[in-house]
Amino acid sequence: MADVTITIDGIQATVPEGSTILEAGDSVGIHIPRLCYHPRLSIEGACRVCVVQVEGARNLTASCCFPAADGMVVHTRTPEVLRIRRDIVELLLDNHPMDCNTCERNGNCELQRLSYALGVRDRLFEGERKHYDRDITSPSVMRDPEKCILCGRCVRVCGEVQEVAALGQVHRGFGTIVMPAYDSPFMETVCVACGQCINVCPTAAFLEHGNSDDLMAALEDPNRIVISQMAPSVRAAVGEGFGQPPGKAWEGQCFSAMRAMGFDHVFDTQFGADLTIMEEGAEFVHKLKTNAPLPNITSCCPTWVKYAEQFHPDLLPLLSSAKSPMSMQGAIAKSFYAEKLGVDPQSIFSVAVMCCTCKKLEAQREELYVDGVPAVDAVLATREFVWLMKHMGIDFLNLPAEEPDHPLGASSGAGAIFGTTGGVTEAALRTAYWMLFDEDLAADALEFSECRGLKGVKEATVDFKGTPVRIAIANGLANANRLLDRVRAGEPFHWIEIMGCPGGCIGGGGQPYAGANAVPLDENLLRLRSQALYDLDVERPLRCSHHNPDIQKLYAEYLGEPMSERSHHLLHTHYHPRVPFGVRPQEAQV
Amino acid sequence: MTTRFKKEVLDTPAWWQDLDRYIDEQKNNNPGHVQSALIPVLHYVQDRYGYVPEKAVNHVAQSLGVPTVYIWGVASFYSYFSLTPKGLYTIRVCAGTACYVQGSQAVMNEFIRRLEIQPGQTTEDGLFTLEEARCLGACGQAPVVMVNDRVHAKVRPEQVPDIVAEYTALAHASAEAQA
Repeated sequence: MADVTITIDGIQATVPEGSTILEAGDSVGIHIPRLCYHPRLSIEGACRVCVVQVEGARNLTASCCFPAADGMVVHTRTPEVLRIRRDIVELLLDNHPMDCNTCERNGNCELQRLSYALGVRDRLFEGERKHYDRDITSPSVMRDPEKCILCGRCVRVCGEVQEVAALGQVHRGFGTIVMPAYDSPFMETVCVACGQCINVCPTAAFLEHGNSDDLMAALEDPNRIVISQMAPSVRAAVGEGFGQPPGKAWEGQCFSAMRAMGFDHVFDTQFGADLTIMEEGAEFVHKLKTNAPLPNITSCCPTWVKYAEQFHPDLLPLLSSAKSPMSMQGAIAKSFYAEKLGVDPQSIFSVAVMCCTCKKLEAQREELYVDGVPAVDAVLATREFVWLMKHMGIDFLNLPAEEPDHPLGASSGAGAIFGTTGGVTEAALRTAYWMLFDEDLAADALEFSECRGLKGVKEATVDFKGTPVRIAIANGLANANRLLDRVRAGEPFHWIEIMGCPGGCIGGGGQPYAGANAVPLDENLLRLRSQALYDLDVERPLRCSHHNPDIQKLYAEYLGEPMSERSHHLLHTHYHPRVPFGVRPQEAQV
Repeated sequence: MTTRFKKEVLDTPAWWQDLDRYIDEQKNNNPGHVQSALIPVLHYVQDRYGYVPEKAVNHVAQSLGVPTVYIWGVASFYSYFSLTPKGLYTIRVCAGTACYVQGSQAVMNEFIRRLEIQPGQTTEDGLFTLEEARCLGACGQAPVVMVNDRVHAKVRPEQVPDIVAEYTALAHASAEAQA
């Protein structure tokens, strides 16, 4: 495509034809303020914050949706433009609850930042205000339409990136509201609880449904034994909540912090991840050997599981029956560990710190209970974990690095990479190879580079001693749909990994908000977080799940072997089609 | 009075088959862009069903491959589409400039008082829905009231009881005839 050259604030910018004025500005370091715009989503042009003056144009132009044309002369910071932009934001605030001090997003709010940067100081307008109830029916995501400024990012991420389309803009004009179909309670909609609406929301119109009160109550109760587990990707992002640049895993500090909070025993979901690999690896090998229907589709992502139940019920028989690492970890804590302690499983309060909002929903699924007791009693998102540390005055960044407790704490490098797209596959390949041939992959063959990276769908054919094993990996549900359509059309795969969120768990809906200069879902941010997990893998002395000594002990003392009767009882589950059935957006949105 | 007045119930297998036939027709008329079929299909539902019920939205969503919430967004955007059932008779009182100047607000107030409902609501017996209309294009007859397809011209508040009584009698007569 040809290039066009425009002049922005006196600077020449040459960009491919079709680029917007806003993109042209970005290319030469001129940051035009923006709100509804998001680089990964379609253009909405709703908020008008990005208006600029184009010479020869009658009115100001929204730069996010106006293509740059050759010879165009643009001014982004004239006094008139600045004044109008400020008024636009003030008009947004006019219909926004002014409760910043007590708002969950205080200090983290894009509207707040914009309002400061654009110089809204005096309130000149006062008009009618909308009043709506909050929807707190979902254990994962809360919706507060009073805080909504109708930028439409949530609607777009839900429809375009996830192809769930649980949210839409309904009614008209002042009465417009973002809601699910029929204003149904969130729990009764197609929402898969991924929490990406929270990630992209500039305000607090979407939030995780917090569980820190449940944790505090358990810590206060002398009769509860409070134990923890932590997802791999929490450690890859938690530092960002304390202003640290992304890319470093703060692993040991998290365990120290949990001890400081008063947890009785500190365990690690990466142990559960190793256990998942043992069970799912054995299941996969069994399927290969018995010519069972393939591909084996992973089931560790609860968002994907719910999506499959509503949007792909015909594929449910292909899903692995293995529970997720969190639910396995919880199940073992409430059985094996309770027996070891000689206590009633009900006296254990099992807490999971997760990068994910859907894990809150998963914890409440009754088919995952262990003998009538929930495997996990409370799930905290990474953001809640960060807040609790601040709340308790824990100096996170200066904590010593500590190890988790045994017997449910040790983990291999394979367990660590579970948190990034492709990681589950890599971990499974390492152990499936050992299960098939009774020997390990060579040390220099442990890493599968074709599984790595943020591409929506990754594919490879792995050579297992002359037998080709065809694998595919999808992250983000729209990408998963492209891949599953091919499965349905009969393309042969042996193994498919699906993670609901972009980038996998590292991009989960419970992770810290992007900082002032970052964009949620930014590829660079996701790449850095995933690198932090790959670094942990390399640093681990043991890189395969089956070498984890705590795992070996668990099988020797309690489970017997993978897929044993006890394993089936504690570590495997089933799925069922779920209403309302979803309708995938087939074309561009209405 | 316990009688509940309902529009003719169209919820039969044949009705859904007709809807499917219409959807297919509209899909064929809009190859490669099935969304364009949405508004005609919603009109079809509204015209034959009296409003756009949830189960029709769900059905259209599945058939057209357009997510339910987007259909609901479209149906709620246009005031022509109703998302709640309407009464047997829809009374539309014009509030356009000419009618307003000629005193349509007093007429509306009288309907509100008589029927004990607000504009946009339906009486409990399912007989009347009251609506405020913008210009109905009959300014010379102002103030104008439309009851379903029939125009009542130069309506004065004291005529309201007669209008209500007339349609109530009509409804009872047709209910008896059916029984």
